[in-house]
Amino acid sequence: MFRLEARTSTPGWFNLALPLLAIGATLVLCSGLIALAGAGVIEAYGVMFSASLGDSYAITETLVRATPMIFTGLAVAVAFRAKFWNIGAEGQLLAGAVASCAVGAIPMPGPLAMLLMAAAGAAAGAAVALVPATLRVKFSVDDVVSSLLLNSVIFYALMALIEGPWKDTFSGYPISPPIEDSANFPVLLEGTRLHLGVVAAFLAAPVIWFLIARTTLGFRIRVIGENPEAARYGGIHVERVLISTALLSGALAGLAGVGEVGGVHFQVMSDISPGYGYSGIVVAMLARLNPLGVVPAALFLAAVMTGAEAMSRATGVPAFLSDVIQGTALLAMLVALLFTAYRIRRVGTAK
Amino acid sequence: MSVVLEQIFQVGFLAAIIRIATPLAFATLGEMFSERAGVLNLGIEGIMLLSAMTGFTATSLSGSLWLGVLAAVVTGALMSAVHALFTVALGLSQHVCGIGVTLFSSGLAYFLYRLIFGQQSVPPSIKSFETLPIPVLSDIPVLGPAVFNQFSLVYMAMAAVPLAAFVLYRTPWGLSVRMVGENPRAADSAGVGVIATRFQAVILGGALMGLAGAFLSMVQFNAFTFGLVSGRGWVAIALVVFGRWDPWRSAGAALLFAFVDALQLRMQASGLGHIPYEAFLMLPFIFTIVAMAVMSRNAVAPSALLKPFRREER
Repeated sequence: MFRLEARTSTPGWFNLALPLLAIGATLVLCSGLIALAGAGVIEAYGVMFSASLGDSYAITETLVRATPMIFTGLAVAVAFRAKFWNIGAEGQLLAGAVASCAVGAIPMPGPLAMLLMAAAGAAAGAAVALVPATLRVKFSVDDVVSSLLLNSVIFYALMALIEGPWKDTFSGYPISPPIEDSANFPVLLEGTRLHLGVVAAFLAAPVIWFLIARTTLGFRIRVIGENPEAARYGGIHVERVLISTALLSGALAGLAGVGEVGGVHFQVMSDISPGYGYSGIVVAMLARLNPLGVVPAALFLAAVMTGAEAMSRATGVPAFLSDVIQGTALLAMLVALLFTAYRIRRVGTAK
Repeated sequence: MSVVLEQIFQVGFLAAIIRIATPLAFATLGEMFSERAGVLNLGIEGIMLLSAMTGFTATSLSGSLWLGVLAAVVTGALMSAVHALFTVALGLSQHVCGIGVTLFSSGLAYFLYRLIFGQQSVPPSIKSFETLPIPVLSDIPVLGPAVFNQFSLVYMAMAAVPLAAFVLYRTPWGLSVRMVGENPRAADSAGVGVIATRFQAVILGGALMGLAGAFLSMVQFNAFTFGLVSGRGWVAIALVVFGRWDPWRSAGAALLFAFVDALQLRMQASGLGHIPYEAFLMLPFIFTIVAMAVMSRNAVAPSALLKPFRREER
């Protein structure tokens, strides 16, 4: 017989082993779908791997795609640490994209434009995140539902813009006018799409880690998440910290939108985000809400997304496999997390 | 104002409200059962989408509409059983599991749909249900053609509301559901199987969500499209709060939302040209958020909502 036994501490290597276990289980589970589509499992995963990590260009593409998910992953990790259930990173990303696009279209010196785009995008994302946080603090509205509903509102607002005042009058397509050339983020490697925002994302992760692990605000965020009663007793203004968390989380998600506008698309269209906000939840959970872990987790999902398209072209397996992999990875990670709370013990084998 | 009133008392407008309310009523009742037993099911959005896909596919391949409905119901029940496995049996976070179920189900729905139907320029469609006029009642002026000349699934939704109220408030099982949602410890002492009851309620809820998905792909649109559910599941979760976890109030909330939605559709069509149509599309969502802000203070959720139950924790 086996019995679950409560665990008091978890060894450090769990932080690496559990996500790897979850990812391994996910790939095994999803291989059934590849077989169902009539393709070779090894071949399909092989194409996925070589198309996302096989050569230096593929690696830069994966890095570019990981960038928005590093930001949304950080946004979700920060929020979930405080048990602020921000499922609205998608809407906050879109708001950030719209705001940075509006600023980027104003002629001004490049560096200034980029700084102002980042500021505007972060502010817009923070403003959107403020809504569910305020509703929770003032009206005790569930933050999950309000942040989810808000995603639809923001999306329609974006559509109204690009089908209305921002519509391309020349082509008639629902896309915004491009930002100024000088506002385009500089490309770091000739011949690739590796832009300045990628570096910003990689720098953001340790900064947020420092903020969470080593500063007073970070301490407060962790405490109100783990034990709001104790936090209140200890003189922490829980509501105020919750609002700060929301602003920080929203700003990070907004920056994801800034990077997509400044470094990848240079304008706003309806499909500027293929669900990067929701992927952020998967990233944050795979990272165990650790900001440093967000980077490899985002790289994994980015590799899957980049690789899935090539795999689809080569083998005919629908590229939607990457969406299934994301969902499965999230569920597998949750199950794997059981090992942090429990250990399986063998007790007196039943004959 | 009189124009608005004229619009409201049109047969077509009333029928539109009923049709918009039907999937919401199924979904809201489904979520309500789950939450009354203490389990928030954020998988609803994906479960509806996957059910819509399987229902559509089963009908498309077999030619039988009812087989499609059955497939959707079974899909909804199965996927919510997965949610129950994670949240009830393993006691994992209901928030994150629900999102996981939604991401997984949506991905699977798109994947399987693309696998079965390929990429077609014109999405395949099915011949949907015919309306089923109820004798005598359908002859009532205005109300008759709008309410009593509807699809069988609409009548099922109408019947589901009193039935859900009866099951929840007047049967021993309903009492168990309410007990495990309010005070699982006491329910356990009274000999009610907490885990089993929660599983049953979540699965029943999932079956209802499956009906909601079936209605969308098989009656409302006659096709499966990628934006088919587009937030209706999230709205249903809000409507449960708005309906204070009660079948009648939840159905009322679904009707009220459908009224707002039908009204915005009319306003779009009536050519208020200077206002972008997206503003109207937003309206039901903003309405729902505001309604939640107004209602949430007085709303009392089931006490054990979001709390996993483990017997040994005393």
